[in-house]
Amino acid sequence: MQLDNLYQEVILDHYKNPQHKKLNATYDAQVHHINPSCGDEITLNVTLDGDLVKDVSWDGMGCSISQASVSILTDLLIGKNLDQAQVVADSFMHLMQSKGTEKGDEELLEDAVALAGVSQYPARIKCALLGWMAFKDASVQALAKQG
Amino acid sequence: MTFDARTIAKDFPILSRTIRDGKRLVYLDSGATSQKPNVVIDAESDFYRLHNAAVHRGAHQLAEEATDAYEGARSIVANFLNADIDEVVFTKSATESLNLIAYAMGNAQIGNRFHLNAGDSIVVTEMEHHANLIPWQQLAARTGATLKWFTVTAEGRLDLSNLDSLVDASTKVVALTHQSNVLGTINPLEDITRRAHEVGAVVVLDACQSVPHMPTDVKALDIDFLAFSGHKAVGPTGVGIFWGRADLLAELPPFLTGGSMIENVTMESATWAPAPRKFEAGVPNMAQAVGLGAALTYLTAMGMDNIHQHEMSLTKYLLEGLSVITDLRIIGPKTTDLRGGVVSFTLGDIHPHDLGQYLDSQGIAVRTGHHCAWPLTRKLGVPATTRASVYLYNTTDDLDALISGVQGAQKYFGR
Repeated sequence: MQLDNLYQEVILDHYKNPQHKKLNATYDAQVHHINPSCGDEITLNVTLDGDLVKDVSWDGMGCSISQASVSILTDLLIGKNLDQAQVVADSFMHLMQSKGTEKGDEELLEDAVALAGVSQYPARIKCALLGWMAFKDASVQALAKQG
Repeated sequence: MTFDARTIAKDFPILSRTIRDGKRLVYLDSGATSQKPNVVIDAESDFYRLHNAAVHRGAHQLAEEATDAYEGARSIVANFLNADIDEVVFTKSATESLNLIAYAMGNAQIGNRFHLNAGDSIVVTEMEHHANLIPWQQLAARTGATLKWFTVTAEGRLDLSNLDSLVDASTKVVALTHQSNVLGTINPLEDITRRAHEVGAVVVLDACQSVPHMPTDVKALDIDFLAFSGHKAVGPTGVGIFWGRADLLAELPPFLTGGSMIENVTMESATWAPAPRKFEAGVPNMAQAVGLGAALTYLTAMGMDNIHQHEMSLTKYLLEGLSVITDLRIIGPKTTDLRGGVVSFTLGDIHPHDLGQYLDSQGIAVRTGHHCAWPLTRKLGVPATTRASVYLYNTTDDLDALISGVQGAQKYFGR
């Protein structure tokens, strides 16, 4: 059924076994984001080493889409430099806005292409973007701290 | 006439459409907004088609017809609530009604009974919808008054044990919901209104979840102000009701000012028309008010007692049906004692959004989230719930679909 496009196995796996879901005690920036329409919340820590994303850790509560999306984000972005991370984030954002017309670049987005189905459910796009918005905010703050 | 939900459902055209690839629509989200019967859709469109003109103005026949239709709707609302006609104010929504009184109180000068200052208090409850919380938070912030609240017990009832100390001589207003939009809890009002009036406070009732579902008599309730929305009572969007006792409306300053609400205007100042017009600045949402009149006439014909009984039997059926599902937890009273047809629940580790999405794939429409009562869901330790709400057109078939849908979701997400 169409619902299976939304809830792919990969998403449910990440929901049940979220990656990096334990806030690291040290960080360059910490942000707290809320989805006011549904109450989903996330706290996300970012540590940079120059322009390298050295660590991303998080805690939060929300639906499988929001939780899986941030779990996938940590796997994808840790170890990349900020420019590469931006390319990935832009590509993910583009996929979310594609209204089901695109499958996503698997080489670039890896597990995140499993979220392609979200783009067919307008009410859920915000869920998928919650962690990505938090990362964007935190990385800008962390970078600013470097002066 | 016997009450038959299946026959009633035929009056609501949307209920015969299909959803998500041909599934029967099971609409269990009337607590958010109700569906509309043909008589309401026709009344609204007939107003535009045949009678449209600005009410209370114009020297022509259409203006007369529009005014008759609009004032006729006011009379229907008054009868529905057992109120006097001049006590009924049309607003654009219940949210506007509640903001109206909060802002109007903020406009009251020293000497006016509604004037607030730093020594005064406003009492609300932890189970308020944001629309009956934030306007009071804001009023407190503007005037320096203190905001206090009744807490909610683990069973989802108001804790009234501190009624006499919470509502004291400093209290100017007690604002609370008649029925929680999350828990379904119906609040007993008698002790609260007695205590409020004892200390000279007014009682503002958010009746959005009660007026559409049970007979309401504002005189018998002994309240001072009441708000409800048209769209939850099979009426159109864009129309709400603000009701107030005549003597209080006479003293309450206006909120919105402008055309229609005046008695006399000079370049320096203005005086106000008597209520209800004092509170109806500008050309109102006429077609929607007329549609609301048709809606309440329809509900009256079905019988508010019948509707309430029907919903009580559905609620009992639903509570029993849900109670056997493993990991399902009802958030709110578990019996139909002082409770309406709004049933919130959680389901193990399955997030309400995911459950709602699965139910949607089966054609079942429910609400998920914090239901605009975030402080309440936080207090109860459930950041989000799934909520089913019933109305006159729902049947046990709808509830069976929900119950098996919930079980289906457990299988689906348990894979």
